[in-house]
Amino acid sequence: MTRLIAQCDLKHSGFRLHARLDIPAQGITAVFGRSGSGKTTLLRCLAGLERSATGLISVNNKVWQESSTGIFIPVHQRAVGMVFQQPCLFSHMTVRANLNYGLTRTPLAERRMPWDQVIEILGIGALLERYPQHLSLGEQQRVSIGRAVLSNPCLLLMDEPLASLDAPRKDEILPFIKRLNREMNIPVVYVSHSVQEIVQLADTLVLVHEGQATVAGPIHEIFSRLGLHEYLGEATGAIIDAHVIAHEAEFDLTCLEFHGRRLYVPRQSLNVGDAVRVHILSRNVSLSLAPPQAPTSVLNIIEARVVEIGAAVPGKPAVEVKLDAGCPILATITRKSLHALALSPGQCVYASIKAASLQ
Amino acid sequence: MKLPVLLLLWFASPLLHAGEVKVAVAANFLNTLHILAPVFEKNTGHHLLISAGSTGKLYAQLHNGAPYDVFLAADDKHPALLEKEGLVMPGRRITYAVGRLVVWSGRSMPSQEGAQIFQQSGIRHIAIANPATAPYGRAAYQALNTMGLWHILKPRIVQGDDVGQVFQFVASANAQLGFLALAQVLNPKNTFSRDYWLVPEDLYDPIVQDMVLLKKAENNSAAYAFVVFMQAAQARTLIQQAGYKVK
Amino acid sequence: MPTELDLAPLWLSLQLASVTTVLLLLFATPLAWWLANTRARGRAVIEAMVALPLVLPPTVLGFYLLLVLGPHGALGAPWLQLTDTTLTFTFTGLVIASLLYSLPFVVQPLQNAFEALDRKPLEAAWCLRASPLDSFFSVVLPQAMRGYLTAAVLGFTHTLGEFGVVLMVGGNIPGETRVISIAIYDHVETLDYASAHWLAGILLVFTFIVLLVVYALDRHARVRVI
Repeated sequence: MTRLIAQCDLKHSGFRLHARLDIPAQGITAVFGRSGSGKTTLLRCLAGLERSATGLISVNNKVWQESSTGIFIPVHQRAVGMVFQQPCLFSHMTVRANLNYGLTRTPLAERRMPWDQVIEILGIGALLERYPQHLSLGEQQRVSIGRAVLSNPCLLLMDEPLASLDAPRKDEILPFIKRLNREMNIPVVYVSHSVQEIVQLADTLVLVHEGQATVAGPIHEIFSRLGLHEYLGEATGAIIDAHVIAHEAEFDLTCLEFHGRRLYVPRQSLNVGDAVRVHILSRNVSLSLAPPQAPTSVLNIIEARVVEIGAAVPGKPAVEVKLDAGCPILATITRKSLHALALSPGQCVYASIKAASLQ
Repeated sequence: MKLPVLLLLWFASPLLHAGEVKVAVAANFLNTLHILAPVFEKNTGHHLLISAGSTGKLYAQLHNGAPYDVFLAADDKHPALLEKEGLVMPGRRITYAVGRLVVWSGRSMPSQEGAQIFQQSGIRHIAIANPATAPYGRAAYQALNTMGLWHILKPRIVQGDDVGQVFQFVASANAQLGFLALAQVLNPKNTFSRDYWLVPEDLYDPIVQDMVLLKKAENNSAAYAFVVFMQAAQARTLIQQAGYKVK
Repeated sequence: MPTELDLAPLWLSLQLASVTTVLLLLFATPLAWWLANTRARGRAVIEAMVALPLVLPPTVLGFYLLLVLGPHGALGAPWLQLTDTTLTFTFTGLVIASLLYSLPFVVQPLQNAFEALDRKPLEAAWCLRASPLDSFFSVVLPQAMRGYLTAAVLGFTHTLGEFGVVLMVGGNIPGETRVISIAIYDHVETLDYASAHWLAGILLVFTFIVLLVVYALDRHARVRVI
């Protein structure tokens, strides 16, 4: 099993990064945290752009940095592709020359990226002879993604690459990043503060909070853990894998199924049978001990079993409850409700989820 | 004392005290003039302001209106030119010294060597003053030419702006030999060797050093006093002791 | 033009300025890069030393060079051992003198250019498999072109106009150390104003044309040079 190990520390001007990560070096790893939490710094450490970082960084059993033995593989020998927040194109070169910069420096045996396909997917074929100054920011960022990909990296690091793109372009490029990962087999580490992007993309999640990068794991598992409200904030809530079973066109709804349960969500442009990930925010889940007798506006009422109850935090009225509905679901309820319902692990409950709140 | 009073005294001082003479002096005579100046100032109470340079440069400056009262040249040609141009008080061109050309190495030299010194090994550079502008440079060129050495030694010749720079080139060991005025070697401030080879006078045209009183100094009694002083016995003796001949 | 006008000093000056500029661009690049990027404490000391020729009278530099380059000097003595020639009164000596004399005029524009550079494209180049040296030539150099042009022009013209230092260590040797400024000085001193006029005029027009071309290019390329 190939691993990406980053056990490194970095201190400069009041900021401190403390990373203790051991994650699969495959698939898409999302690095999530608020701005200023240290996501970019973590990425720079992986790339080798922070020389003063100490500790161990190794990818696929290759040691990139090990302070104890003095090993430090310089950036240009790591074969990492980096997409920065800003496009950082070379202004004295055409788009074509920018794209070829890394490619021409790649040994022939390592060149496996199909040039034409990359250009086509990124939609930059018409820009090739132009200079970066004459491109829009979004166009520049797509060129910069292409440039990094064409350098045939063994690890692609992306620092909020879509932040400068508009929504339609984002929707185009997200699947491209996924394909890149699946088809070209490039592991991607993807920094983002957009939960939506992460839910769509990530296999593995790394949480960064105030310079601490110690919580990591498969995305479903992390999102269904209790006690991560500090890291995830409003985004707390489980991710479930479902598939489309029907559309109800007249109500603009799509009906999904997971583990034998049905879930209505707003109409999705997907085909019946397509797989889909749904992020159910815990604050949109309410619990009752019996199925509602009277008609209710809530479309999704799912039978589940209480698995675990989160610790109460003095000063905070809410607690998190972890349920098992074939897969984990989180609910945030008030301590008062917890007391009223007298919930305990193993108990059977009914979770109500408003369809309109789901994406 | 109040500031205005001080200022008044400052401005009035030239009127209250003795006169000032602005002297332009050829580099070879500078050290000698430094010996003469205190004597003159003590005798007359006047004050000398001394500027030194090569004769050619000082001439060019005078030609273009430099404010000197007296010009002590290293030759007689430049003063004659000034006279012809009408810049000199009539009858005030006087020979004050005749220069003596020496070769100096800054180190002790056996006196019997004579012209043989040019044959020594290790002579990489021979410094002379610029023959085009400095009379001692011209004399050095004539002497080497007469000895038939000019074309042999030419690749090793380096030029200083004036004999002052020639002294520096030799003193700093950048040149091994230099053609200078005898007065420079005999100068009390010379901390290097005082050995020299006196270049025979038949090898070069006499270095007749003339001084002129410039028309600018027409009303400067101190300048007249300086010209008189330079011709008096006391000054002539000092000039002779310094390494010149006097007429 | 006077028939006997000797243009050799002009060619010599152009030669001196060209050699000096090329060597300075080579030496000054790593120095300027270091100054632009280091946080070492010694930086201010080095910066001050580099700037010295800017403010010191050329005679001070000339005086020390006369001693250092002389046959007993720190540079002159080993040079004499190695080559059996002296450094003073030679073209090589003038080149060394000019390297020092024009150093700040080349280092400072380069340092400014390097400091003004956006570091991001450089990091991007490293992440695209370019070694530091490779990325310097393929990314830094093209982006610092303005600085190089300024440095080359200032270094060249400043060396062309050098006088005081040459006067002190040159020895006024035709074809070796009699550069144009010395030749003009001699012509003025010997009242050969015609020759002085010609040489001075040629130098003036030449320097003006160099600056004119640079400014014109500058406008064309929409980059500021000086």
